[in-house]
Amino acid sequence: MSMVVLIGLLLIGGVIAWWTERINSDWPRWVALATVSAALLYLLRIAASLSLESFELVPDPHDGASWLLHLKLAWIPRFGINFELAMDGLSLLLVALTLLLGLIAIASSWSEIDFKTGFFQANLLWTLAGVCGVFLALDLFLFFLFWEVMLIPMYLLIAIWGHENSGYAAMKFFIFTQFSGLLMLLSIVVLAWQGAATNGLLSFSYFDLLGLPLEGPLAWVTMLGFFIAFTVKLPGFPFHTWLPDAHTQAPTAGSVLLAGILLKTGAYGLLRFCIPLFPDISAQFAPVAMGLGAAGVIYGAILAFGQTDFKRLVAYSSVSHMGFVLLGLYAWNTLALQGAVMQMVAHGVSTAALFMLAGSLQQRLHTRDMRQMGGLWHQAPRMGACAMFFALASLGLPGLGNFVAEFLILLGLFAVQPWLCAVAALGLISAAIYALWMMQQTFQGEPDTDRQMRDFNGREMLAMTTMIVALIGLGLYPQPVLDLVQPTLDALQHEVRSDFIRAVATTSAAQ
Amino acid sequence: MTVLWLIPFLPLLSATLMLLSAGRMPRYLAAWLGVGSIGLAAVCVALVARAYLADYQVQELTLWTWMSIDNFTPRIAFRVDGLTVVMMSVITGVGFLIHLYSVEFMWEDESICRYFAYMNLFVAAMLLLVMADNLLLLYLGWEGVGACSYLLVGFWYRDPDNGRAARKAFIVTRIGDTAMALGLFLLFTELGTLDIQPLMAAANDRWQIGDTLPILATALLLGGALGKSAQLPLHTWLPDAMAGPTPVSALIHAATMVTAGVYLIARLYELFLLAPPTLAVIAWIGLLTLLLAAFTALAQKDIKRILAYSTISQIGYMFLALGVGAFASSIFHLVTHAFFKALLFLAAGAVIHCLHHEHNIFRMGGLRTRLPVVFLSFLIGSAALAALPFSSGFFSKEGILLSAWTQPGIGPWLWAGGLLGALLTSIYSFRLVFIVFFGETQTEPDRQPGWQMAVPLIVLCVLSLVGGWFVLPLSGVLPDPGHEPVSHLVEYISIGTPLLGLTIAYLLYLGRQVSIASLMASPAGAAVQSFWYGGAHIDKLYHLLLVRPFTGLAHWWRNEPVDLLYNALVWMTRWGHGRLVVLQTGELRWYATSMVFGLLLLLAIVLRDSA
Repeated sequence: MSMVVLIGLLLIGGVIAWWTERINSDWPRWVALATVSAALLYLLRIAASLSLESFELVPDPHDGASWLLHLKLAWIPRFGINFELAMDGLSLLLVALTLLLGLIAIASSWSEIDFKTGFFQANLLWTLAGVCGVFLALDLFLFFLFWEVMLIPMYLLIAIWGHENSGYAAMKFFIFTQFSGLLMLLSIVVLAWQGAATNGLLSFSYFDLLGLPLEGPLAWVTMLGFFIAFTVKLPGFPFHTWLPDAHTQAPTAGSVLLAGILLKTGAYGLLRFCIPLFPDISAQFAPVAMGLGAAGVIYGAILAFGQTDFKRLVAYSSVSHMGFVLLGLYAWNTLALQGAVMQMVAHGVSTAALFMLAGSLQQRLHTRDMRQMGGLWHQAPRMGACAMFFALASLGLPGLGNFVAEFLILLGLFAVQPWLCAVAALGLISAAIYALWMMQQTFQGEPDTDRQMRDFNGREMLAMTTMIVALIGLGLYPQPVLDLVQPTLDALQHEVRSDFIRAVATTSAAQ
Repeated sequence: MTVLWLIPFLPLLSATLMLLSAGRMPRYLAAWLGVGSIGLAAVCVALVARAYLADYQVQELTLWTWMSIDNFTPRIAFRVDGLTVVMMSVITGVGFLIHLYSVEFMWEDESICRYFAYMNLFVAAMLLLVMADNLLLLYLGWEGVGACSYLLVGFWYRDPDNGRAARKAFIVTRIGDTAMALGLFLLFTELGTLDIQPLMAAANDRWQIGDTLPILATALLLGGALGKSAQLPLHTWLPDAMAGPTPVSALIHAATMVTAGVYLIARLYELFLLAPPTLAVIAWIGLLTLLLAAFTALAQKDIKRILAYSTISQIGYMFLALGVGAFASSIFHLVTHAFFKALLFLAAGAVIHCLHHEHNIFRMGGLRTRLPVVFLSFLIGSAALAALPFSSGFFSKEGILLSAWTQPGIGPWLWAGGLLGALLTSIYSFRLVFIVFFGETQTEPDRQPGWQMAVPLIVLCVLSLVGGWFVLPLSGVLPDPGHEPVSHLVEYISIGTPLLGLTIAYLLYLGRQVSIASLMASPAGAAVQSFWYGGAHIDKLYHLLLVRPFTGLAHWWRNEPVDLLYNALVWMTRWGHGRLVVLQTGELRWYATSMVFGLLLLLAIVLRDSA
């Protein structure tokens, strides 16, 4: 039940936060902070109550009982739909990341949001609840439900509290995700129907649907439904165009949530569902997916360099970094998969920090246009130092988490696709180009000495320090995170036939 | 209890403290921390070196396993042999002197705390680079020094030109680093480890001399070395990197970081010996670079740019030595070069410091009597750079030239090229000395260097003079076949060439026996001058071929071309809406008519089918 409590806590906390706005517009912030802190502590308590050995056990993908936590309640028995949640190391890691970045998002919205604070915090908490649900749901119908739950509050966050062109951006975000979500729903139904045909039992459970013998055009279309839904969210080239608009217009907390965790649901979906449910087709499809990944890496980096809007630049850098995730997932060996998971975490942290910086700059200067900045180090050295740190993290400086991630992905990728690896490695160069150009335009250069600007205060420095420590920790001693997800990856790799890699290599050789 | 871990840890700790203080640390405390941490690290290095020299026992220390995935288990671990001892001594020894010098040089800068933080961070990263027992940790140090170089070149961030130079330094070296990363992927994929010793053993087991894979792997690693060590074609960043404070140029862009490429190749020499074509390429690149940079140095006006090109040229000698297999000679030149080039940069810094930040040598002159200590330093440094007999540079450069001569086949060509370079080196070194320190005074110095500047200069003078007699503990670590005895004529020519250069420089720039001005005034002379002044226009070429297309593409695409596709969808939807909305008139007769027509149509279809 603990997982239900966790999600319920966030949902109810949202309602309370909304309600307390009637008393005082400050209260919702404190309620939200308390709710997410409580959820995080509760999650840690759950994790602490499990035995150490259970973290080393490989969770059987056909049997939820072997997972760290498993809950199955009948919901709509007539259609074989259950309320089924389960947690393994991967979900635990991502839920923890979600809650941690939730705290950061609340901190970054603290002084930025000054109207309808209650409804804002409510939407923020509901988004978090939806994301936690996505990471925990193992019934496909329930998964789809949570997928939608995280979409709508996010839409409202952008539409209501966004910037000058928020209506357009929110609508674009909604249509892209909603349309691709619809494709996924169709795919889920087709899959359940196929499962019923094979097993003689209608079920939406992941544990029942895994390992179905799927062939032919229908299977391809079904797989593509999942792939498109997840790649839109990731976002992968060429489905990424909603992201720069959404990020630019979203309030800071919205950008933090979007970049930090919502994008990761796409990567999670590919890893948990799309590839394991369709192993054979995915193996044939892998070269295409990896090609899209490499294209995203390069394309995102070039466009990031071309931007003048701070947030758009960071948004395109996300497109570039998420291209690495796509590459790592479809390379499907242990190194690349570990790298992809590490990238989900490290990019979540580093990009959240960059968006928080962007938000702070906009709040102080009332512009995101970097041409109107320059020399800000003079006014705000602490902001400058933080920006420099995260710019270096973003370009993959060794010793920080992002380097571990990208190095592992490329190392794993080299074994299957050396040429594609060489192309993707160009992303390392272009990342340096845009990250340093960003620093030049904002914090370096001749300062405008008339400009008055407040440096980071204690609250903001606390948020930044947390993320700096996290990235250094991930960079110098990533082992705990690697160990946490290794059993899950073992299980998935075992499920997806081990000759996947060979299939990937031969398909690419044939092309 | 080993002190090994303290060596990189001390500078790292002091850098962290200074960064955490966020500039609030008093400047004398920052100076004490900055210099003191390097001093203590140097003491630790001395202890380690003494232990090593006692029994030539390799020291190893594993701190923790960085990550462990399947068989990929890089550790945070150090391995100290003779080569590492030499490098650590240079880094902490010369580094300490330069830090001490910086106290005075940077005292009036408001950001002195940030300066020392970056400098200490650099030393820590450089130490990690040379102490690493595996290539991944080495790569951490490798990128770390690059980042510190970026931060220090752009230290005076207010001038956008400094920022441009800093970015250029980072990005150009990153191009090489990316090749190097691919090299690491290849080595790990093929050999299953990145630990240096097992890696070389495995390479020797599995690969034959001249196989494709070692050639490919070493070529990729060479990419990294070319970038970091500013060799053709990735040398263009180093002259611009002179935008940083002069002690930075002395430490990073002369004595230590730029020699990392030489260290890398020497460290992995067994691998490179499996790839003779790569070694040949290294030798030729070294030769080309040393000649190109020497010609360019001859045409420069900025005192630091002259020294920068001379650094590129001297590293070219080291590459030449590596290419002909004289690994120990290369490291020997690395060490003596660290002494005399640090000396030259610090002396140049003293000139700049005392002359209100003047960089142009033609606005200097006559400083011989005004700044005697600096003059002496420059004289000794230039003598060593030009390899005049009995200076430290003489011994190390002789070794390289004679090793090149004895190389079978191409040897004499390499030797002749190196000799031409030595002639040019001697000319441009003494051109600098004669213009800056002789003749009429152009600018009066407004101060004299204090003890923090003078002491490092004097110590480095001594090292530049006696450094040639040092015996580096490299036997058993690096192979140096030495060279077979060569005819005395070759030796005499090698010794005499720098003296010839000195004479030419004297005639051109001091004795005024030959008018350099009239030579420059002729059209051909002016064209040659402008060609070399612009560094053979390689920068312009890169700008045209790489920078412009990239920025142009980014500018062209900045509004998201992919959105055209989605906008077309939107447009088609709107268009369809526009057409279909006409049907919704709200007029009953129109609806009724359409229904009748529809019914008729359906009837017609049904009747046709049944008929």
